[in-house]
Amino acid sequence: MDAIRTEALTKHYKVGFWRPRPYLALDGLNLQVGLGEVFGFLGPNGAGKTTTLKLLMQLIYPTSGRAEILGKPVGDVGVKRRLGYLPEQPYFYDYLTAEELLEYFAALFGYGRAECRTRTAALLDDVGIGAERRLPLRKFSKGMLQRVGIAQTLINEPEIVFFDEPMSGLDPLGRREIRQLILRLRDRGCTVFFSSHVLADAEALCSRVAILANGRLVTAGRLSEMLAFQIHGWELVVIGLAEEVLKQGQAGGQIVRATRLAEGRYALELPLTPPPERTLAELVARGATLVSLTPMRDTLEDFFVRHVSAATGSRFSETA
Amino acid sequence: MSVIGHVAVNVFKESVRDKVLYNLVAFAVLLISVSYLIGQLTAGQDVKIIKDLGLASISLFGLLIAVFIGIGLVWKEVEKKSIYTLLSKPMRRQEFLLGKYCGLVLTLIINVSVMTLAFYAVLAYMEVTSPVNIRASWPAPATDLNLLKAIALIMIELMLVTAIALFFSTFSSPFLSAMLTVGVWVIGHFNQDLRDFGATISSPIAASVARGINYVVPNFAAFDVKLQVVHAQRVPFTDIALTTLYGIAYAGFVLLGAVIVFSKRDFK
Repeated sequence: MDAIRTEALTKHYKVGFWRPRPYLALDGLNLQVGLGEVFGFLGPNGAGKTTTLKLLMQLIYPTSGRAEILGKPVGDVGVKRRLGYLPEQPYFYDYLTAEELLEYFAALFGYGRAECRTRTAALLDDVGIGAERRLPLRKFSKGMLQRVGIAQTLINEPEIVFFDEPMSGLDPLGRREIRQLILRLRDRGCTVFFSSHVLADAEALCSRVAILANGRLVTAGRLSEMLAFQIHGWELVVIGLAEEVLKQGQAGGQIVRATRLAEGRYALELPLTPPPERTLAELVARGATLVSLTPMRDTLEDFFVRHVSAATGSRFSETA
Repeated sequence: MSVIGHVAVNVFKESVRDKVLYNLVAFAVLLISVSYLIGQLTAGQDVKIIKDLGLASISLFGLLIAVFIGIGLVWKEVEKKSIYTLLSKPMRRQEFLLGKYCGLVLTLIINVSVMTLAFYAVLAYMEVTSPVNIRASWPAPATDLNLLKAIALIMIELMLVTAIALFFSTFSSPFLSAMLTVGVWVIGHFNQDLRDFGATISSPIAASVARGINYVVPNFAAFDVKLQVVHAQRVPFTDIALTTLYGIAYAGFVLLGAVIVFSKRDFK
């Protein structure tokens, strides 16, 4: 049994008031996510990621196609008991305190009052909400609301968790905490399905990803299969390099691209062959000092840009 | 407690923290002030005027609460997107909607009860402070329990108005919902006139339209027995029971319509 399965899932919206015309938000999405996977759902703005999540939560209905979660049609109340969902930039009742909100949501799962209190206290501790838990949510910052959002997602110890842009609006510390949380959920055997713009996070967390563009699935698969992880060049960062030397170097074809960084540093892109030692020795001999030498591998970002550009026919790669 | 119960309690919490109940204090203060004023200005009619004013105030304040909270119940959840999280919990859309309705009805019951207590407090004060010869001239005691019949029907009317406001709010903006709900309420109070409209005009089309509206729009005038109870006229219990059944059945149909519309809606 798949954790999530969609077959030709399609959603058209009607846009325009006087003469409504269809707008294709999602076009024939076929997707399978296995149990226990951490699955990244990637794509540029307007690709159809949130539409897919809303279809899976039955907040909207498909124009055609079908979707199943844990082998049951979406919207099944029994299945809802086994999942958690964090929408993008969640809003909660600002007249409630964090504690009251979580107890309310826990009660909707049918837990008794004592159980609701225990779960609420434990989860708020987990996400780092301390004494503020007794303040109305209208006094919470965006980051704190996101933490409350995560806590409510986990109130029922779900088997599948859906996160829509969970890193959105978080500071680096908050993002790290979410990454750690996703890894903890994975270790517990929970399936995690998350949409994100932050490709580095997807690369660090996901076993598989799907890339969506213009409502269509561009590609889906294991990261290890998508990215060769082979070195295709070198990035050399030096300081104290004269500009004339740089021009000669480029003319000689040893430097593919040179980028001026801050404080007199240069990032130089070198080909895989000849080995970088010779170029480095030449540059050092002409007064440059080595800052770093890094092998260049294909990243998920490179892969993403290449595929999305091809799918959309845009010059995305040049602006990304 | 069921899912509907939990949603209802949350609506009640929202209403209380939205300071809706504070209007009751204003109402009670206003009523008491006016009663003193009227006591100074009128002779013998003061209790009747307080009864008129009190019942009208309960009806009006209740209507304002029903319409202005009712129209925002669903709209606010959709607009602020809190519905996304809520509907991902183990509940059906109809449970969400019925929970919202029950929560507002609970708020209204508490509001109307407190207003009724304030109303009877003023009437009791009048009863105690009025001389015996003045009291003898009243058609009924100041604290006449028959007034509760009018208040019970006001409550049923408010339950129906709430259902109508909720129905409109499932597919339209708060402004439009408010206009439509108040429109239905106003037309509903002239329902009898609409039925007889054919007798006063020559156009058969206009008469048919008026008759059609008469069939669709609830007869709100049926819930109004304020005049009878103030003048100590008899209002049979069978009339109250039948009107209550009519109101509950009508509210049930309107809620069914709201559930159908809401169940098919996309939350973009």
